[in-house]
Amino acid sequence: MEVPILKQGEILIATVQAALTDSDLLQLRRALVEKVAKARARAIIIDLTAMDVMDSFASRTMREVAHMIRLRGAETVIVGIQPDVAFAMVQLGLTMGGVTTALDLEEGLEYLHRKFRTIL
Amino acid sequence: MEKSLGVVENEICVLIATDQDVVAARQQGRAIALQLGFSASDSTLLATAISELARNIVTYAGHGEICFRVTQNSGRPSITVTARDSGPGIASIEQAMRDGYSTSGSLGMGLPGVRRLVDEFEITSVVGRGTTVTVRKWKS
Repeated sequence: MEVPILKQGEILIATVQAALTDSDLLQLRRALVEKVAKARARAIIIDLTAMDVMDSFASRTMREVAHMIRLRGAETVIVGIQPDVAFAMVQLGLTMGGVTTALDLEEGLEYLHRKFRTIL
Repeated sequence: MEKSLGVVENEICVLIATDQDVVAARQQGRAIALQLGFSASDSTLLATAISELARNIVTYAGHGEICFRVTQNSGRPSITVTARDSGPGIASIEQAMRDGYSTSGSLGMGLPGVRRLVDEFEITSVVGRGTTVTVRKWKS
């Protein structure tokens, strides 16, 4: 299941549509790290609203994406982690350590617009 | 299928060999939980535990199986999930159950984390023979 990545101004938005396997997650990581430079994006948003479970592999891969994107000179915002999923992640002992998160896509976009305006 | 006084048991097993099987197993577990009237939150906890157990099978043993057993004991249902493989086994269960321990360079929170997601947790492992992890969650 490929995750569509849309460009909106200087932001790339990846919207997960259904549960992702480990290889889907790795494919998404590769696509984002490649596209961020090609699109000259300043930030990416990953919308995880449709993610049924965030287990250790998914959480680690998302953290890795954020670190790789930072090394590529852009910023990552993870949005849409559902309440039950967040609850399970904490019980499992997972954190998104240092990765910016927002409630949903709207909040994520607002955060980035505010931030870029401040810089400019 | 076994029937006795107030107890209905029925076991379903799924083969685990690929990362697609990991997703299928957790989705099946969630579906069974929701069908039994588990809350969305408890169903997600169980699905997350199954995801970790299934991935351990793929990562450490290559393949194995996950079985679901539903028990309806005097109106309070529970789901027992057994993750079984014939892989290399775990040399030190005590060490594997410690937060932060891993032999595959992963997060190393697998089993202790799984234990926090469920109500009952049991593990048996024989080096060279394989590992069986059984977890149980009750409808709250």
